[in-house]
Amino acid sequence: MTSTIRATAARVPEDSGTATTAGARAHARAQHGQVAAHMRYVPPSTAPELPGVQPDDIRAAAVTWAETVAPGGYTTAVLARGTRLRLTDRDGDACAHLLLHRADSPHERLNVADTVKVPWQAYPTTGHPLLSGFGRVLATVVADSSRMHDALTGTSTRAGNQARYGAAEPESASPAGRELFTLAALKHGIGVRDLPPSISFFQGVRVGADGGFGWLGSAGAGASVDLLLHADTIVLLANTAHPLDPRPEFTCSPLEVRAWGAAPELDRLAAGELVGPLGPEHLQAIANTDADLRARGVL
Amino acid sequence: MTIRELDRTDAPDAAAAALVPGAVLLDEHVPARASWSAVVAAGDVLTIVDLAGNQAVDCLLYAAGDTAVRYSAPETIRRQGRIFLTTGSVLRADTGQALMTVVADEVGVHDTLGGACSKESNTLRYGQHTRAQHGCMENFLLEGARHGLTARDLASNINWFMNVPVDADGALGIVDGLSGPGKRVALRADVDTLVLVSNCPQINNPCNAFDPTPVRMVVTRPAGRDAA
Repeated sequence: MTSTIRATAARVPEDSGTATTAGARAHARAQHGQVAAHMRYVPPSTAPELPGVQPDDIRAAAVTWAETVAPGGYTTAVLARGTRLRLTDRDGDACAHLLLHRADSPHERLNVADTVKVPWQAYPTTGHPLLSGFGRVLATVVADSSRMHDALTGTSTRAGNQARYGAAEPESASPAGRELFTLAALKHGIGVRDLPPSISFFQGVRVGADGGFGWLGSAGAGASVDLLLHADTIVLLANTAHPLDPRPEFTCSPLEVRAWGAAPELDRLAAGELVGPLGPEHLQAIANTDADLRARGVL
Repeated sequence: MTIRELDRTDAPDAAAAALVPGAVLLDEHVPARASWSAVVAAGDVLTIVDLAGNQAVDCLLYAAGDTAVRYSAPETIRRQGRIFLTTGSVLRADTGQALMTVVADEVGVHDTLGGACSKESNTLRYGQHTRAQHGCMENFLLEGARHGLTARDLASNINWFMNVPVDADGALGIVDGLSGPGKRVALRADVDTLVLVSNCPQINNPCNAFDPTPVRMVVTRPAGRDAA
């Protein structure tokens, strides 16, 4: 036994100071305050100010979520009704695969079929509702400087990324979106059965006259899309190469996330003052959502 | 609303109705607006007959051995490179696994973008007065419950015989179907597959010509295939 302990200890440099619990504790604690290229900023007010990522009129102290998601990374948070969530493709190769679940009843979640069918529009941009399967709206796209999005072809899979890049595990250099979503879901006590088709932002896909797909790629560095949340929502985000990205090398760049409270904008949205007049389906979805929240005593 | 029930004595026998020849294992009539389910064993073929024409048949697929493995519209259309389903379309799960393959099709275009109708989504599309109507989600929940499935398990679905084009500007909608009386589509199971069907009750849009009608489900075992 003694020789085993010596062998293990010998792997640590003699001057590291971590041979004792006091030394190891001091070593660990000294790491606090370090900054990495991809991290969540806690508190959010410590996030770096990036032009366009956070609006000038939103004080840093008002930001409720600030994070730089690594290429191939995922993140998740529960956000309150009235939160405005801004996703920014800082360097031009982010792809924000998104799922939304109601925090108070996660079986109600983003339904991309209803999201394209009900508003009669396959290509989401400003003014588009993100609908659940129960006739309610979870979020509305309230700003969009990209217009390169995809609600049809979903996220990448383990088999797909294994074939494309030779690896798909979350810890690999080319993680599949579905693997990342699985991890994010499990953090909330939900799992693979709770992962319906997702929507993705910043890598555009269009349908040709023959029903085939055309790849548009991104709008370039600096594009943002803003979502306004209509209910308390579990947000799952996977930032990984779009499955139709034709580039042979796994290509993905950081995704910036900022969120802040913007509850008054819900009334302005419904009144047609935020993004202009809404379609009748959208207005009905807002009315259904508000009625449900009132019945629950939330509103 | 008129619900037409066809006189079954006029229908061809099941072996003749099946698009792929074989021993008839099952021959069932699904009434207008009703649900249906069956496990189709690997290698067997399910023929769906649109008896009166222009009837949307909403369909969910699960690997019978693990219902967490379920049909994925995004995976299916991305892998085949086209939004419509027809002969040759491999119906894939969200894991990428093949569940079934369309082996014969007398229509040429089937939808998998439009999802299922429900009491709730009908209120968005047509108004609150439609909430009382029966919908496909209700059929799926009830039929799925017989197999231990819940709302969590309802993901992408296929709409056989339904036509949902996407225009150049992204406009998308359910339009008149391309099917006709007696037209058929045939699906070969690549693994043992649980098939859930809602014979769509929709009366507010053209997917059923505003009049739901019955369909027929025939499962055959092609000659030369060993019994399971």
